[in-house]
Amino acid sequence: MQLWLIPLLPFAGFLVNGLAGRRFPKGAVNAVAIGSVLLSFAWVLKTLFTINLDAINQEHYFTWIQSGALTVGCDMAVDRLTAVMLLVVTGIGSLIHIYSIGYMAHEGGYYRFFSFLNLFMFFMLVLVLASNYLVMFVGWEGVGLCSYLLIGFYFDKKFATNAGNKAFIVNRIGDFGFSLAMFYMVRNFGSLDFGTVFKAAPGASEAVLTTIGLLLMLGACGKSAQLPLYVWLPDAMAGPTPVSALIHAATMVTAGVYMTARSWVIYTHAPLALNTIAIIGVATAFFAATIGLAQTDIKKVFAYSTVSQLGYMFLGVGSGAFSAGIFHLMTHAFFKALLFLGSGSVIHALAGEQDMRNMGGLRHKIPWTFWTMMCAAVAISGVPPTSGFFSKDSILVAANHHAPWMYWLGVVTAGMTAFYVFRAMFLTFFGEYRGHAHPHESPPLMTIPLAMLALLSLGGGYIAVPAFLGRFFPTVEAPEDFTLVAISVAFGLGGIALAYLMYIARPGMADSLAGGLKGLYSLVYNKYFVDEIYDAAVVKPVVGGSRVVLWKGMDVGFIDGMVNGVGALARRTGAVLRLLQSGNIRSYATWVLFGSVVVIVALELGGGAR
Amino acid sequence: MDQHLLSIVLFTPLAGLAILLLIPSRNKDLIRVWANLAAFAGFLVSLPLVTRFQTVQAPSLRGFQFEEHADWIPTLGAHYHLGLDGISLLLVMLTTLMGFIAVLCSWSAIQDRVKEYYAMFLLLQTGMIGVFLSLDFFLFYIFWELVLVPMYFIIGVWGGPRKLYAAIKFFLYTLAGSVLMLLGILTLYFQHYSQFHFYTFEISELMKTNLTLGLQQWVFWAFFIGFAIKVPMFPFHTWLPDAHVEAPTAGSVILAAVLLKMGTYGFLRFSLPLLPKASADQTIVQILAILSIVGIIYGALVSLMQADWKKLVAYSSVSHLGFCTLGIFSLNPNGIAGSVLQQINHGISTGMLFMVIGVIYERRHTREIAEYGGLAHVMPTFAKIFAFAMLSSVGLPLLNGFVGEFTILQGAFEASRVWAAFAVTGVILGAAYLLWLYQRTMLGQVTNGKNLTIPDMNFREIATFVPLIAWALWIGIYPQPFFDVLRQPVVQIVERVRPNYFSGGGPQLAHLPAPPALAQAGGGQ
Repeated sequence: MQLWLIPLLPFAGFLVNGLAGRRFPKGAVNAVAIGSVLLSFAWVLKTLFTINLDAINQEHYFTWIQSGALTVGCDMAVDRLTAVMLLVVTGIGSLIHIYSIGYMAHEGGYYRFFSFLNLFMFFMLVLVLASNYLVMFVGWEGVGLCSYLLIGFYFDKKFATNAGNKAFIVNRIGDFGFSLAMFYMVRNFGSLDFGTVFKAAPGASEAVLTTIGLLLMLGACGKSAQLPLYVWLPDAMAGPTPVSALIHAATMVTAGVYMTARSWVIYTHAPLALNTIAIIGVATAFFAATIGLAQTDIKKVFAYSTVSQLGYMFLGVGSGAFSAGIFHLMTHAFFKALLFLGSGSVIHALAGEQDMRNMGGLRHKIPWTFWTMMCAAVAISGVPPTSGFFSKDSILVAANHHAPWMYWLGVVTAGMTAFYVFRAMFLTFFGEYRGHAHPHESPPLMTIPLAMLALLSLGGGYIAVPAFLGRFFPTVEAPEDFTLVAISVAFGLGGIALAYLMYIARPGMADSLAGGLKGLYSLVYNKYFVDEIYDAAVVKPVVGGSRVVLWKGMDVGFIDGMVNGVGALARRTGAVLRLLQSGNIRSYATWVLFGSVVVIVALELGGGAR
Repeated sequence: MDQHLLSIVLFTPLAGLAILLLIPSRNKDLIRVWANLAAFAGFLVSLPLVTRFQTVQAPSLRGFQFEEHADWIPTLGAHYHLGLDGISLLLVMLTTLMGFIAVLCSWSAIQDRVKEYYAMFLLLQTGMIGVFLSLDFFLFYIFWELVLVPMYFIIGVWGGPRKLYAAIKFFLYTLAGSVLMLLGILTLYFQHYSQFHFYTFEISELMKTNLTLGLQQWVFWAFFIGFAIKVPMFPFHTWLPDAHVEAPTAGSVILAAVLLKMGTYGFLRFSLPLLPKASADQTIVQILAILSIVGIIYGALVSLMQADWKKLVAYSSVSHLGFCTLGIFSLNPNGIAGSVLQQINHGISTGMLFMVIGVIYERRHTREIAEYGGLAHVMPTFAKIFAFAMLSSVGLPLLNGFVGEFTILQGAFEASRVWAAFAVTGVILGAAYLLWLYQRTMLGQVTNGKNLTIPDMNFREIATFVPLIAWALWIGIYPQPFFDVLRQPVVQIVERVRPNYFSGGGPQLAHLPAPPALAQAGGGQ
């Protein structure tokens, strides 16, 4: 099988471009970067066509860590779940690499961008190919690093580097959970290997499995931007738009969903942990969607939309419908990558403008971008028979089976989703152009990937992922219910209609509504002030406490004060004793006499000298 | 040659020093060339230790390799006794490599008293290697104190503006510790005499002494002060920031990379095997673990707030060494093996971070973080190397720091879940202070005009980093040889401190009943 070739090809691309790309012409950088990813994609296809996915396809390369009770191999494996992920990652990855040639053509640091992008592909493929938790963690941390590097790609800009730091540190908070979960697994199962852990898990106590499940979930919440750790993802949009599409929409942020689905054996024996995932998922979906309603930056709308859609995937997994979660992961990769790449094309056309208040009327000026984005918009709104309809419905049906209130919250969220996406579409493409740039359509290198993603967004629902994964995951007995489906579709269409009403039919309505609900609007517009609250509750106390209490108070004041105090005491004692060293023989003789008297008296008192 | 290999490794720097003294002081370039050659030779002669080291020995031969033994002062029972096991092998290799790199990176930084400077470094080399090779307490103590003197002069003569304060603080702090340690050694020495009626400083002999728990505890605390100051453990760390800030670059590199490890090595070689009952004592283990964890978190938080580039890295050492001592007092194979590996890792990563500071300090003569910003524009190679050093220090998987940290935390978790949970927060903070440092110095626009014309790194400077980068990748990707080398000595230490650990089934799976020893050590749960 030679699975190692799949990640190592992009890694070779990273090495070549990273070390020598500075001296390459752009054509050579492109050939290395895109060629390596395409080859990797080809190798994925070849592998998947030649192997039996129901057998155990594991490859052991070498023993990575063997110490005490801990043995971890560098192992990779392919099964049905990995197959889906591999296709999404290398397929979408290839398209986005090609798009980037056009998008980044006029940017500085061209080779740096592509080498980081290849490095990301390497780590992402390690993450999905890993057949134990520690190798998965290598990919997990590695994609985090690439995310950090690419968010801060425009490293001149303070907000970009701040966003990079925020992403890395918030993800580390999630890793706290992931690490502890691994320690629990070693302690309880003696291994981190998927096969061994999942074989032993059903025999372990529910308390242990719940602990492991919740800790893994914490890790997933960091990586997949769920409450309360979602705050880094909206800021991550400071990176170049292809990065937002690839890393912060289609692949990396779904790693948490993949990881929890991969651990389904643990979760099915830990219902409390599974239910927590569902609750966090549906809460995040709803919460982020409300923020999306009022954003004015086109990428911010889609960023909150991503958080919200990831919440859906969590809801699917948490409802026990693992294949539905992965299905939505795939369709979301299609339409959300398209929305981001499309908005990148808009931004490209407007020479960097991102504020939708300065857009409008663009549908005639950049028709390819408009029509392809429209495909994604109907897909994310769940209009039948687009891809989003199928995947979202399979999640909502499972949610209804799990807990009806989650279904209803999900349906309301679906309505809001349709509303904010079409609000963005109408503000961008309809009405009069409100800006001052000279819009121009993007080159074919950018529009062709858009068109391919548009086809996938529309027709991707017919890729039978649930059936394909049905032999991998346990199936949920959720009866198909036409009413449930109809309700959710109605909410989606209602959202679209409301957006049409407010932004096309009666344009003044949105402003008057915002004016009427001033308090609520400003709360949502300012993202519920969560960043400010975290800053005041966590960042400021840590920073202030470290500076004033720990450093100035404890370290310099108390400990060093004592140390220097001992030094000063010694010096002062010395200064007094020094007076005795007068160099005067008669004074020494006096002291000797005095000392002798003291000794004799002491001996007498102590029992007498004999 | 095998039978005198350790002496050759030990005295090569000293031989280099002897010849160095013959070179006239005004001939600075010749002095530099010779010192570099001598340091390089010191590294080369240590290479056979790696190739000839037997990772797996026959059970009957378990113990030290390349042993050398000679009577030295028979009336005192002092011997010239050297030996090497997996733990000392790694530390000796770290010393010889870092010693050479430190000498190499001083080439243009040191301009006056060049001869004396290199003389001090070569003397320091012998002292440090001696500490890691001695199997006789008397000999060990000589080397331990020998190290103090050249380091005192390196800080005090070639240091920064407050060099005298820093040098004296360093000297008195560590001397105070070693005096207490000497008291501990003498207690053991006389206790042994009272039981066996002959004087000896041989560690293998002293291990046979039968000590009550109370006495062991007293000696443990005496040793503790000596070693904890050296490590340094919270709250004995305040000499470190001052010493680092004032020391010249190479001094900081050696101080962080090797000198601090003398403390952790002391715990492993002396405290644990000589005082097993005290080392496994509930109260002592709890106190040591808590001090380690406080050090991890406290060091990271204080590091976060530093305005001085070098002080920031100095405080980060407190945090990293906290992991090392936590691993030791987990008293299980993962904790201890991880600790030794992390000592090497810290040498590599923090060594690189101090060298990074050295590069920039030579150009701008300031360590104020606020003076910098946007350096990635003017120094792209420097930016990449600094980024690598940072990632290795924050424990990114596939680099060295991760393997060590993970193994230590696994060991700590085995001992107590609470310890592990607190220690893992140190990993979060570890990312915070370095990323923020990198952002403030390297990223953004160049705001200070003085930074616009800084030249990027030259070939010699890059060359000093190459071996460390290679080593970091090696440990990160294929750490197995290191674990193999450590297995046997680590098992011996654990067996000595917790005799039931392995016979009792060792690391227990949770669904089996835990042996009482494990339950006790894990009492913090």
